[in-house]
Amino acid sequence: MSAILTLESLSVTLPPGADRLHALEDVSFSVKANEIVCVVGESGSGKSMTANAVMRLLPTGVVLDRGRVLFEGRDLAQADEAAMRAVRGAGIAMIFQEPMTALNPLRTIGDQIGEMFSIHTDMDRTTIRARVLDLLDEVRIPDPVDAARAYPHELSGGQRQRAMIAMALALDPKVLIADEPTTALDVTTQAQILTLIRDLQKRKGTAVMFITHDFGVVAEIADRVVVMQQGRAVEQGPAEAILNRPQHPYTRELIAAVPRLTAPPPRKLAEATILAIDNVSKTYRNGGFLGRGARVTHAVKNVSLALPKGATLGIVGESGSGKSTLARCILRLIDPDSGAIVLDGKDLAKLSGSEMRAETKNIQMVFQDPFASLNPRRKAGELVAQGLMVHGTPRAAALARARELFSLVGLDPASAERYPHEFSGGQRQRIGLARALALEPKVLIADEPVSALDVSVQAQVLTLLANLRAQLDLSIVFITHDLRVAAQICDLVAVMKDGEVVETGPVARVFGHPQHAYTRALLASIPGRDFIAGRQAVSA
Amino acid sequence: MRILSLAGRRLAASVPTVLLILIGIFLLLQFAPGDTVDAMMAQMGGGDAATARELRRFYGLDLSVPAQLGNYLWRLVRFDLGFSAIYGKPVVTVITERLPATLLLMISALSFAFFFGLVLGVVAARRVNKWPDTLISTLGLIFYATPSFWFGLMAIVVFSIYLQWFPPGGLEDITTVNTGLWRVLDIARHLVLPTLTLGFIYLAIYLRIMRASMLEVQNLDFVRTARAKGLDETRVVVRHVLRNALLPMVTLIGLQAGTMLGGSVVVESVFSLPGLGRLAYESVIQRDLNTLLGIVFVSALVVIAVNFVTDLLYARLDPRITSGV
Amino acid sequence: MDAIRRYLRSPPAVIGLVLLVIVLAMAASAGWLFPHDPLSLAGRPLQWPMANPRFWFGTDNSGRDIAAQIFYGARISLLIGLVATFVSIVIGIVIGALAGYYGGRTDTVLMRLTEAFQTLPNFLLLLVLVAVFGSNITTVTIAIGVVSWPAPARLTRAEFLSLRNREFVQAARTLGMRDLRLIFGEILPNALPPVIVYASVVMAVAILLESALAFLRLSDPNVASWGNLIGLGRDVLRSEWYVSAIPGIAILVTVLAVSLVGQGLNDAFNPRLKGR
Repeated sequence: MSAILTLESLSVTLPPGADRLHALEDVSFSVKANEIVCVVGESGSGKSMTANAVMRLLPTGVVLDRGRVLFEGRDLAQADEAAMRAVRGAGIAMIFQEPMTALNPLRTIGDQIGEMFSIHTDMDRTTIRARVLDLLDEVRIPDPVDAARAYPHELSGGQRQRAMIAMALALDPKVLIADEPTTALDVTTQAQILTLIRDLQKRKGTAVMFITHDFGVVAEIADRVVVMQQGRAVEQGPAEAILNRPQHPYTRELIAAVPRLTAPPPRKLAEATILAIDNVSKTYRNGGFLGRGARVTHAVKNVSLALPKGATLGIVGESGSGKSTLARCILRLIDPDSGAIVLDGKDLAKLSGSEMRAETKNIQMVFQDPFASLNPRRKAGELVAQGLMVHGTPRAAALARARELFSLVGLDPASAERYPHEFSGGQRQRIGLARALALEPKVLIADEPVSALDVSVQAQVLTLLANLRAQLDLSIVFITHDLRVAAQICDLVAVMKDGEVVETGPVARVFGHPQHAYTRALLASIPGRDFIAGRQAVSA
Repeated sequence: MRILSLAGRRLAASVPTVLLILIGIFLLLQFAPGDTVDAMMAQMGGGDAATARELRRFYGLDLSVPAQLGNYLWRLVRFDLGFSAIYGKPVVTVITERLPATLLLMISALSFAFFFGLVLGVVAARRVNKWPDTLISTLGLIFYATPSFWFGLMAIVVFSIYLQWFPPGGLEDITTVNTGLWRVLDIARHLVLPTLTLGFIYLAIYLRIMRASMLEVQNLDFVRTARAKGLDETRVVVRHVLRNALLPMVTLIGLQAGTMLGGSVVVESVFSLPGLGRLAYESVIQRDLNTLLGIVFVSALVVIAVNFVTDLLYARLDPRITSGV
Repeated sequence: MDAIRRYLRSPPAVIGLVLLVIVLAMAASAGWLFPHDPLSLAGRPLQWPMANPRFWFGTDNSGRDIAAQIFYGARISLLIGLVATFVSIVIGIVIGALAGYYGGRTDTVLMRLTEAFQTLPNFLLLLVLVAVFGSNITTVTIAIGVVSWPAPARLTRAEFLSLRNREFVQAARTLGMRDLRLIFGEILPNALPPVIVYASVVMAVAILLESALAFLRLSDPNVASWGNLIGLGRDVLRSEWYVSAIPGIAILVTVLAVSLVGQGLNDAFNPRLKGR
């Protein structure tokens, strides 16, 4: 079968002042009918830029300066705007990462899908309406009639993405470009959307260019793979070959960095409990007039957990499970409505403001967002030393200790004089870690500390955490939505859904023999788990 | 009708605001040197202490401040705004006579500013950084920096004195009696310069906001989606960008209502219009504190009414509001 | 330092700076160029500009030197602008910070207060304040400051509302920092830039408000204010319109300068794409 879409030596330049000259350099690959090509790479690899270049939707200042984009016998790189408009949507359709912002919030779903028809065809309104409902049905949205009348914010993330897929496939395009369509979704929803895309693709014979950073997703759906790094296509080939016999060192690095699902051999855990969470609840009330008609959200419902001294307890759940709320309750960033949080004998939930402030040196937190968790106006060293200074250490001593901590987390102590924006994401997380360790806490709460990092950097930070844990005998509560990460570093794991703990136990047992239906569903949703399991057998 | 209940809730929430304003101003005015009776006595050409005492007792001005406040609020509930010493009429009557002119002026100025601000803002955003944008933005800045009263005076010099196209002041021609359509046209002719004077500052503001809003919306994700569907630029702007960009403009109307009323004080003075603004000025000069309080009350009501309407409009435009998102 | 370079690259910002420097020069040189009291009688009334080479801008109804009043007026406008802006920004920041950080009832109470000030037309409130407290220049300046604080307060509050849930603020709380230190040491430096830039808008409005008051003869008559001159010129508008025209241009130039500088600062500190 011949290629439907071919990129030949495509080069895209960035405006002056960007960190490199080319967003894309000499990229060549093709997509055939009825196949899924995964373009995989980390941030800055140029994978999204490739999609934008094909659709000729590049931002101002970014220019397609060399190469050809062959589609249906035409070079799209040379086509004029009118010709491109005819191709967009009808010949090549695109779906995006963030379905919430990718849809116009002021217009109904039905309206926006219908627009596809009104642009490219002359169907009348009744026909369009009927076709829209058919499409929504095809993407298996519950209640297509209601969905068509709804506004984007009234649907869930998964439903919005289904609507976007419906919109993209409305005119049976030959090529579908999917730019990280599942990255912003929960893992169970992601699994459903991946299945949907694969089914639709098989049925209609569409050629799909699927952009992702997750090799698990690649293992799940790819027929062929193109690996990109810094704007170049470094390796490409059939999925089976790339996944099992990667040639290029970068590809090998990426695949090695994918966390495995089997846990390392279990460590011996202490008897004593250092942190006990006992029946904690937190409820939110929104809206309502004079106390009536308020929307009640049970963010955390009677959660009880125990963290043995020196152990790592993982709390795993999707968005809305309550795990982040629980973390903030433990630190009294939010006040729980009921329950006890006993740290080494003291109930944190009952402490007054000033008592809690004194207690903070025993329990610290590492945050998720490496960009938002450091005050941009303070030097890195100061940020690490702040905790010590607040608790009474004189400034000079605190800054000296900060520099020691920099070495501990693998950063150059001289860089303590720099500002946060001068560091990379992974380095900023190390700074966050140093800040949390400065007060020598008994317990460390890590709230999705690696979720916002590229996969290769993730592995480094996790290794660092494991080493520090051994060195300092830390007790850690590790919160994450990614089971593979949890398997790497946790001794015990608790699975949360809708504010409750549905299952808990040693990680090997929970992931090896899950009891609760939800845990099983979560495990089944991990993309490419067979591949990962298979590889482990090979590399073990 | 969730929209109504939401807006209704906001209205209810503004009751304490109005009370706060009234009580605040009332207490503030207690510090004023001289009161209504002094002003009346000055008008009467003087009087003795006994007359003053008598008058004070008659108007209840000899009571303690809290008692006076209580009286005032009680009368307010029955829409009795007191008596204007200067005009010799109930304050309600005086205000009702003057309100139409101000409302007329405000509505025309607002419509003018909103409509042209919108159009010019869209044009500037579509041709951003090219000469139409630079021209429009520069004009906008100059309008914004010009004092309205000075603009009014210069407009009178040019259009009334030299060109003689428009009358220099007043609401209508008092030398002839016009009725029906002629009267409307006559008033319209008198209102052209005042509308332009009051409106052009707000034109500059709306222009700038519309331009900024358009530019911001144009960079949002769903506009990229629309383009990826193959939609041409004009339709992208009209069907996707415009409505989203309008939202801040609508909010702005509510926020500007108060300042516009304040601006009318000056414009009405320059053009001798028989409106609320000029009444406020006169009450200040002549120490007619009752009337001043009455104007404050009515102004607050007007602003709240305008905000109520804009809330309804906004909720109509943005479906996210009613769902409480 | 990048910011300064960015500022200087924008033509309107540079023009604004130049104009501002001119106005400052006028204010500074007033005493030296016009050593006599600007409000003293200097010559025959209502002479046209340059009709008598001694009077560059002519004389007003009472025979006072208009050029002198323009130059001294620059001092008044700038001074009033700066002081009133300072008053309003300080009040606004304190109220906005407390409302935005603490939320809940503190926020509701403070927002009611702000709303009350915003529902009442600010010029009316100004009139009332002047009626009550008098027309001297200090009172007028403080009154303008008092009337202008709601907008900076709203702005500060919005910044605080968005910053207080930022992770670096939560991190500071987990370190055990006290509230006041958090508000003024950690959050405020991040919240300040948009407020400072907004100060230029406040200053522009302050100058316009004072001139409007002066025009209505409600400001300090013993001070050489541009608004005063415009008010005087109204009586002779038909013939000697320059008496009103010239001070108006002075106000225009000053407010324009302040606005351009403010916008330039905004663009320099927030270098989002020029296509903004």
